[in-house]
Amino acid sequence: MSTHTENPRAAAKLYAKTLVALLILTVITVFAAGIDFGSGNVVIALTVASIKATLVALFFMHLRSEKPVNAVIACAGFLFLGLFLMFCFIDADSRDNLQPVNWKPMPVTLPAAGAPAPAAPPAAEHH
Amino acid sequence: MSSSTVDLHSHDPHGSGHGEDPHHQHHFATMAQQADTTKIGMWLFLATEVLLFGGLFVGFGLMQSRYPKEFVEAHHHLQRSLGALNTIVLLFSSWTMVMGVLAAQTNQRKKLVVFLILTILCACIFLGVKYFEYSHKFEEGLQPGHWYSHHGDAIPNSHGYATFFSFYFMMTGLHGIHILVGIILLGWIAVRANRGEFSRAYYTPVDLIGLYWHLVDLIWIYLFPLYYLIS
Repeated sequence: MSTHTENPRAAAKLYAKTLVALLILTVITVFAAGIDFGSGNVVIALTVASIKATLVALFFMHLRSEKPVNAVIACAGFLFLGLFLMFCFIDADSRDNLQPVNWKPMPVTLPAAGAPAPAAPPAAEHH
Repeated sequence: MSSSTVDLHSHDPHGSGHGEDPHHQHHFATMAQQADTTKIGMWLFLATEVLLFGGLFVGFGLMQSRYPKEFVEAHHHLQRSLGALNTIVLLFSSWTMVMGVLAAQTNQRKKLVVFLILTILCACIFLGVKYFEYSHKFEEGLQPGHWYSHHGDAIPNSHGYATFFSFYFMMTGLHGIHILVGIILLGWIAVRANRGEFSRAYYTPVDLIGLYWHLVDLIWIYLFPLYYLIS
C-alpha cells in the first residue's frame, strides 16, 4: 500500500497544491489559445495537457509513491500509443491521397433554383 | 476452487489461518500483497483504456491533417467557455476523489461519504453541461456522419465537417459513458462507505475507483484542448 498515509495533513496539502496547479494550467492553456501562435498553438495546448496529465498521474494517482511496476504499466500504455501514432502518421504522410474504399466524390455544383435544366450529355446528341 | 471469484465477503472455506480481516483472501500472503496485486490489475485495465481512446485520438489526428480547413471551421461551433467549465468541474472532482481516498486511509467515514457525494455531484454537473452542448449541436444540424445537416459551411459538400462531428460525438460520447459508469461505481462505493465497510486496513475499492476516476479526468485533459482550443 502507498506510504503517504503516515502524514495525512501533508498529503492533503499536496493534493490542494496539485489542484491549484491544474487550475492555473487550465487558465494558461485557455488564455494561450486566444493568441495566434500559428502552428505553435497545437504544441502549446498539447504540452500543457501533458503537464496536467503528469500531475494527475504522479499525485492524484499516486504514481510517485507507488510501487514502480504500476508506473511501468502506465508508461507502457503511452509508449505503445506513441508507436501507434507514429506509424500511422508515417503511413499517411507517405501517400498521395488517403481515401476510404467506398469514397465517392460529391457533386460540386448544384443547379440553382429556376435555372434551365443542364444540357444533355454529348453522347445523347448523336442521333 | 470456489474462491477464485472476487467476492471479498465470502469467508473462505479453507480457513485463511493468517488474518482476522474478513476481506483477506486466502491466496494472498498478506493484505498488503493483496492490495498491490489488485492495483496492478487496475493499472493494466487503465493501460487498455489509454489504448482504447488512443485509437480514436490517432483517427482524429489523421482526419485533421486531411481536412485541416473544415476541422478548424468546425472547431468554432464548440463553445470554449463550456469546455473550460467542464474541465474545471472534472479537475475539482478529481481532487474530491483523492480527498475521499485520503479520508478512507485515515478512517474518516463521514468525510469519505461526503467527498464521494461531492465527486458524484461534479460528475452530474459535467453530464448536464454535456447534455446542453449536445442538444445545441443537434438543433444546428451538427450531427455525425450522414446525419450532418448544417448549412452555411465555407466549403460546401465537404465530408470534413461530418467527419469532425463523427469524431466529436464518438470521443466525447465514449468519455461521457465512462463518466456515467463512474457515477454508478461511485454511488456503490458511497453506499458501502456509509455502511462502514472501509477502513485504514481495507479501502481497495475506493482506491481503485479513484484511479478509474482520475483516468477519466486525464482523458478529458486531452479532449479539451484538442476539441475546444485548437483553431
